Amino acid sequence: MSQESTASTAPRKSLFTPFNVVAGVIVLVGLVITFLRFTKGIGAVTNLDDNNPWGIWISFDLLCGVALAAGGYTTSAACYLFGLKRYHSAVRPAILTAFLGYALVVFALHYDVGRPWRLTYPIFLSQGTTSLLFEVGLCVFLYLTVLFIEWLPAACEWLRLDKLRKVLVKLTLVLTIFGVVLSTLHQSSLGALYLIAPSKVHPLWYSPYLALFFFVSSMFAGMSMVLFEGTLAHRNFHELMDETHLEEAPGVVTGFAKACSVVMCGYLIMKMFGLALENKWHYLATGYGVLFLVELIGFVALPAYLYAIGARERNRTLIRFTAVWTVLGIVFNRFNVSLVAFNWQLPSADRYFPSWMEIAISLFVVTVGVLAYRFICTRMPIFYEHPDYKESH
Amino acid sequence: MDTVFYTLQDFLLHSKSVTYVLMGLGLLLYVFWWWFLTDKDEKKRLF
Amino acid sequence: MSIKRRTFLGLIGAAGVTVASTGARAAGNAHFDGYPGSKGVLFDATRCIGCRKCEAACNAVNELPAPAEKFDDLTVLDRSRRTDAKTFTVVNKYETPSGGPVYRKMQCNHCLEPACASACFVKAFAKTPEGAVSYDASVCVGCRYCMIACPFNIPTYEYDEPLSPRVRKCTMCRPRILEGRLPGCVEACPKEALTFGTRDELIKIARKRIEKYPDRYLDHIYGEREMGGTSWLYISGVPFSQIGLREDLGYASAPELTSGALAAVPVVAGLWPALLGGLWAINKRKEKIARQEKREAVENAVARASAEAESKLSAALSKAEVENRRRIEVEVKRALEEAGLNDTKEEG
Repeated sequence: MSQESTASTAPRKSLFTPFNVVAGVIVLVGLVITFLRFTKGIGAVTNLDDNNPWGIWISFDLLCGVALAAGGYTTSAACYLFGLKRYHSAVRPAILTAFLGYALVVFALHYDVGRPWRLTYPIFLSQGTTSLLFEVGLCVFLYLTVLFIEWLPAACEWLRLDKLRKVLVKLTLVLTIFGVVLSTLHQSSLGALYLIAPSKVHPLWYSPYLALFFFVSSMFAGMSMVLFEGTLAHRNFHELMDETHLEEAPGVVTGFAKACSVVMCGYLIMKMFGLALENKWHYLATGYGVLFLVELIGFVALPAYLYAIGARERNRTLIRFTAVWTVLGIVFNRFNVSLVAFNWQLPSADRYFPSWMEIAISLFVVTVGVLAYRFICTRMPIFYEHPDYKESH
Repeated sequence: MDTVFYTLQDFLLHSKSVTYVLMGLGLLLYVFWWWFLTDKDEKKRLF
Repeated sequence: MSIKRRTFLGLIGAAGVTVASTGARAAGNAHFDGYPGSKGVLFDATRCIGCRKCEAACNAVNELPAPAEKFDDLTVLDRSRRTDAKTFTVVNKYETPSGGPVYRKMQCNHCLEPACASACFVKAFAKTPEGAVSYDASVCVGCRYCMIACPFNIPTYEYDEPLSPRVRKCTMCRPRILEGRLPGCVEACPKEALTFGTRDELIKIARKRIEKYPDRYLDHIYGEREMGGTSWLYISGVPFSQIGLREDLGYASAPELTSGALAAVPVVAGLWPALLGGLWAINKRKEKIARQEKREAVENAVARASAEAESKLSAALSKAEVENRRRIEVEVKRALEEAGLNDTKEEG
């Protein structure tokens, strides 16, 4: 469908670049499905049913979205808390993508939950504190606020709100620590969501360590995403970057590759402990075991090794490729936990597969994110330091 | 205070709610404690 | 190796240590027996004949829409059905290896520690003193986490409702119980396959039946301990897994499954700021020292350079002085010599 309209509208104007046309079509389709969703109900646009209440809007938009937006807390922690000042130029793009990522997660939830206008109920009206989802909701709400405040200085520089900017910059440390606390909590709680259903998640993916797995993997997910976005940004916004950014970028790439590699190594070891703890080795010989090993060896061990090679040999192309691979691995893992391993005991006829409209909405959400990112990057000082504010951090 | 809890769920609902409030207070306390701890350093650092 | 592992765990898994230790630790050694005298229903699979009278009664009592097939149409039993937004209970037929079909009624089991209540982030579900697990649609956001959490796959959702979808499930006819009446399905059962009473009584009744007819029943009351115990209990002559009741759910209740992870939350909120603040302070101090050292080094270098320059200057000066003096001396000498020469010339 997108190809047809590309052909018909592309040659007319410079505004109709292939990217814009594809994005436009996705947005249009998304709006139509949005209309359907809020007039005919969730059932009309999704393949969700009573056995499979969570589909890709949770698996991709929520679980993957949050994990891949982890670059915000990892980068700002590296720069402000771990004292790695040479990563400073990477912080702003990372904060921006994290903020947009979380905003989109909340946006996407409006499609998935039955009554989206009640999304603040758990925080302000009726607190179900025994729920892991309450923890996730509260932290995502607070962290979105924190990210917004962390991103505000860029907007202030654009709009010349000097006084506000000064106050905000003073809050950097508190916000960074608060951000790491909140991220630790909700990244891990997303995994812990599944702790309540040991009878539904396949034993290979169900583990008392689920929370820890989700948290640790969010670290390298976030950093890999920063690397991946860096690749895209260098391709598209190269002329916006100042010298500091361009000078620091190679250092960020190798530094993050090293960090990812070592965290992935730790993750791998923990995964092994998880199997040993509950003596689940025998499941490895089943079909699900093959899938588990593909995930663990193909999407954790291999990229950890490639990151190490890339960092040792300063091979930035290899690192950038590995970043994409790792991001795919995270998506693979989150899908495995929440879709493939979930309800594994149900007969295949009762299993879930997303409808095309669910996929279209997920694409729509991502597209909105990319458009917002482009809008902000081309207007606000993200890849460069504003000349008037250079010395003030 | 002397509510009788008949189910673990009710008990946890109560205790976790209290814990969440305390968590908020604890985080606030950290901020003020940090200021108390370092505000003299900051003054010195100005010179 | 063990030390390495331990430090590794300590570093990476500070939060995970508490996560790993599940169980009802959150409550210490306290335990909870549920509401005294709370009601339940005992289902006897050896008595059920699959007449669907309970389904019809449930439909009428809860004012649910009429189904596609009438309730006296027993051919629907040939396919496996589950509860949905318009059906709170269904009876399924199971062909068992021991011969003959066995029927089993499916509805909300009204857990003693409900997974749905534990999972709900707006407290829409609650275990009531009467035994029923109630649902309050007025706060429900529609996240459907209850459906994920329920080990029996009971809660259903009104997916076709665009603006006000609700979770739907059996209410144990709580309004009727409060009026002193029987739940609709129990009242309608012609075979007394359903017995209503306090849960404690029901367990005694079940035990008596098992004791009295050991050949007819398996020595197990399903729901006595499964998932921490349920208010709806089952006895059967065939293994429960053969009539669609999972026997691998375990005895741990839902709140016990998550209390470990929940206990890790305050650990992170309480310790992270101190650890991270400390980390920041250490790095800040390192930076300060580095800056100081740099400044000192620069100062030293400047001092050394200026000292050198000074000594060079004074050396040059003294050298110049010496040279100067010598030049003066030479000049004087020459002058004297010239004068002497002139004198001798004049004399000569």
